[in-house]
Amino acid sequence: MTAQLQVTAGFMPLLDSALLVVAKEMGFAAEQGLDLRLVRESSWANIRDRMAVGHFDVAHMLAPMPIACNLGLTPLATPTIAPMALGLGGNAVTVSTVLWEAMAGAGARPDLDPLATGRALKAVIAERAEATPLRFGVVHPHSGHNYELRYWLAACGVDPERDVEIVILPPPLMADALGAGHIDGYCAGEPWNTAAVSKQVGHIATVKAAIWKSSPEKVLGVAEAWATANPAALDALLRAIYRASEWCADTGNHGALAELLGRAEFVDCPANWIMPALSGTIDMAGGAIAQVADFFVPQAKGATFPWKSHALWFYTQMVRWNQVEPSADRAATARDSYRPDLYRAALKPLGVALPGANAKVEGALRVPTPVGSAGASLVLGPDGFFDGEVFDPADLDAYIAGQKKAAIEN
Amino acid sequence: MSAAALSVLVIDENRIRASIIEAGLHDAGHRRVSVIHDVTGIAARIAELQPDVIVIDLENPNRDMLENMFQLSRAVKRPIAMFVDRSDTASIEAAVEAGVSAYVVDGLRKERVKPILDMAISRFNAFSRLTHELEEARSELEGRKLVDRAKGILMKSRGLSEADAYALLRKTAMNQNRRIADIAQSLITAAGLLGSGEEQ
Repeated sequence: MTAQLQVTAGFMPLLDSALLVVAKEMGFAAEQGLDLRLVRESSWANIRDRMAVGHFDVAHMLAPMPIACNLGLTPLATPTIAPMALGLGGNAVTVSTVLWEAMAGAGARPDLDPLATGRALKAVIAERAEATPLRFGVVHPHSGHNYELRYWLAACGVDPERDVEIVILPPPLMADALGAGHIDGYCAGEPWNTAAVSKQVGHIATVKAAIWKSSPEKVLGVAEAWATANPAALDALLRAIYRASEWCADTGNHGALAELLGRAEFVDCPANWIMPALSGTIDMAGGAIAQVADFFVPQAKGATFPWKSHALWFYTQMVRWNQVEPSADRAATARDSYRPDLYRAALKPLGVALPGANAKVEGALRVPTPVGSAGASLVLGPDGFFDGEVFDPADLDAYIAGQKKAAIEN
Repeated sequence: MSAAALSVLVIDENRIRASIIEAGLHDAGHRRVSVIHDVTGIAARIAELQPDVIVIDLENPNRDMLENMFQLSRAVKRPIAMFVDRSDTASIEAAVEAGVSAYVVDGLRKERVKPILDMAISRFNAFSRLTHELEEARSELEGRKLVDRAKGILMKSRGLSEADAYALLRKTAMNQNRRIADIAQSLITAAGLLGSGEEQ
């Protein structure tokens, strides 16, 4: 018998750690001859640092994190690649009960519609005039949360830099910060929105799956040096996570998945806090239910494929919010951080659906659409932004300029 | 310039560990040392203290918030960067291993910061050794109590002498390749379920 392949993975206690947790706990890693060790962490900074010093070979990462590492935007970063995504969607925007009442007075309805709630928020902010700006929490400056919150606000005429204050908070502390009045709202992954609803301190105003359908959230970040030195272990890991994604997508497993993630060593929360994200049946507050299509997609619609168009969209937002100066080299660094080639190479033997393209025009698909693929048939989308904008990764400069122009006109 | 002129801020939710670090800094001649346990309102404190060096424990879930605050540096008058000297990978590794990180204001020479970081690393390590030893002592005491109770059950239900009861527990543990305290715990649980032996 050959020696087992070993890999150590860091993760944060969030819904989308599901794929890594299931790969280990349901035996998919072992099936691939892999000894997968999971280590829970308390901050993204720790994930980054422990990856840099070699404690972690791979990690559950915010989708923009590998790009930020490779662009040198964070201290102590090591070259990091994303050969796989860990699902689509999973976040929501929650506001305090007081803010929701004001928004409802300004026309927001409990239907999660980003445009209606965003416009209501704009009206509330206009009325506040010179009062202290509303404060919103996000989990990290280089996160899908930060970018989608800002995208939503900006598209509704709220300037995220001037009209509100955006602060960083760890997701498990968001609901309590909202209840204590330290923040007025936040964008976080589940179950940390449901937590605020459960504690009766917040109202879910809108969701990531409505702001940008089928949008990227977390990836498997891999230390590039480790990937180069351990190709067999990386292949085995990607196959195990793919099998785990299939298991997570099976509605028959949702009860077991909620129990598993709720355990103290993983997300450490009541199992019924996990179910809304899995079923898409979202309690916005006090039992007001909305059914959200594709709230969290662990497997279907190429949910584990590392689209270069996702990497490039994150790059445009880093430019938009002045985290990085635009340049062709930096765009290339962002694009090359995502590695669909490694994804295809690892999964080809499984005979599963592999997208033919590395990038797609984001926002082009209004309905579920069959696309070119190898191995098995693949349906993608819808993938639209709520404001109807389209992101063509082949024309970065036009997209960046268009967003700058919109900001000036507002 | 003397080392004492540096202003050092220690952020650690663990009060005992924080005071160990604080004492270490005092011993090293630092007089401008502040300790914060709770990060609420920390921006104002940083603006007031203007620390040259910030030492923070890695268990702190607010690290992302703090790093972002250092980078934006609105509250912080001088930009603060993470203590990174890429040539000094040994220091970085030792710090992460020990569970501590340090941030310094821009332009501060690394020779002035290194002793502070080294001291923090060694005190963090000493603290975890101590915690580990305490934990071991506690679990040993717990284990001994369990074994005593299990012996009592065996003596009562099987009429064994104390020495024989202990020998039986030890033999079972060796056969099953488990700790004797674990065997004792299983026996106590089983006895409880069967309603025999001692009262809980």
